[in-house]
Amino acid sequence: MEKTKLISRPINWNKIEDSVDLDVWNRLTQNFWLPEKVPLSNDVQSWGTLRPHEQKLTMHVFTGLTMLDTIQGTIGAMSLMPDARTQHEEAVITNIAFMESVHAKSYSSVFSTLCSTNDIEEAFRWSEDNPYLQKKAEIILGYYNGDDPLKRKVASTLLESFLFYSGFYLPMYWSSRAKLTNTADLIRLIIRDEAIHGYYIGYKFQLGFNEASKERQEELRSYTYDLLLELYENEIKYTADLYDEIGLTHDVKKFLHYNGNKALMNLGFDPLFPKDECDVSPAILSSLSPSSDENHDFFSGSGSSYVIGKHESTTDDDWDF
Amino acid sequence: MCEMFDLVYFSSVSENTKRFVDKLDPNAIRIPIKTEEAAEFVHNRDSVLVVPTYGGGNDTSTVPKQVIKFLNNPANRQHIKAVIAGGNTNFGAHFCKAGDLVAEKLGVPVLYKFEITGTPEDVSEVKERLAKLWQTKS
Repeated sequence: MEKTKLISRPINWNKIEDSVDLDVWNRLTQNFWLPEKVPLSNDVQSWGTLRPHEQKLTMHVFTGLTMLDTIQGTIGAMSLMPDARTQHEEAVITNIAFMESVHAKSYSSVFSTLCSTNDIEEAFRWSEDNPYLQKKAEIILGYYNGDDPLKRKVASTLLESFLFYSGFYLPMYWSSRAKLTNTADLIRLIIRDEAIHGYYIGYKFQLGFNEASKERQEELRSYTYDLLLELYENEIKYTADLYDEIGLTHDVKKFLHYNGNKALMNLGFDPLFPKDECDVSPAILSSLSPSSDENHDFFSGSGSSYVIGKHESTTDDDWDF
Repeated sequence: MCEMFDLVYFSSVSENTKRFVDKLDPNAIRIPIKTEEAAEFVHNRDSVLVVPTYGGGNDTSTVPKQVIKFLNNPANRQHIKAVIAGGNTNFGAHFCKAGDLVAEKLGVPVLYKFEITGTPEDVSEVKERLAKLWQTKS
């Protein structure tokens, strides 16, 4: 990695060194959204149908997610800035950081729409007192403040592609039961953004990884699995603490395994958790797509997507898309 | 290794799709990354196309432009017997949409959908389906 920054250079978007920077910039800006565009107030009635402990759980989950977005927006994404390989990467990082702040703020929009001031304050107090949430933040911040740029990227990718999912589970669960559906729409926008963030930071990690020596690659590989397991161990406790009361811990863990594997894949590593520990309930998976018509069955491998299509000759006009 | 159709795939510099394809067939054929080269690229043997999905639903660039250029050549597209699509369920209804779009236009089946770089289970399932597809070829 060469740094030639003795001379200040204005960014030239007409001279792209890495096409992924431009692709990701375009995708992120096309996906731009604000919580104000989601009609959260339509969930007020639905919120009233949740039992008090379900409301409390939802608020705790959302303050937990706010915590991660806050860290990622103000520290995590910014910690990637000094090691950017191109000026366009720097620009993409500013977008990622800003969107994390939008995500963090969007939970406050949910709160102000659905909850009382007292309840909001209780939930934020909870986030400061919950040992597992604090531990999660502590582990991640330790690496963000560390001096290894590739390890920072690993920590960032694991946050984007793994740590959020104990929280994302709950709004998807409510949505699968036709509750808080507008809030779920907002969460889906966040989930979509996080996929691009994880992909991009994972890709930049791989560029550095591919240049490293065999020994260094081995060190990074075992560091990644160790960190994932360290976070996972804490995540299991966090999950049980939140979800035991409504009996969902088992299914949330599967969702964690499933996403842990995806985080590893974003970093170019092999998945860790076996298939039978990743079979997330189909209701949760289909609630990821609001209008899913279930034309594929990805997990059971039962092959419902393997249908012989009808044949119809194509014309050249068909290929102008 | 048992006989099967050629695998033709596109993978950007991120190489995610390549990682998956490498586990299926070390001799798979890669559509060039440079768009003008993709437009000139010819593969005129019966094949299964592996295509990643781009974008998140708000844009028109779902199918990589190199794949569109490749398929614009009738000599290439008449040989595609099935499509395998890559994607990410985080994109909801947009998951593996590139495969659906291309398969519909070609009138061929979507053989499989995988995420990111694929799991070992994805690899064995796809191998099985590729073998089945080869057996049922006319």
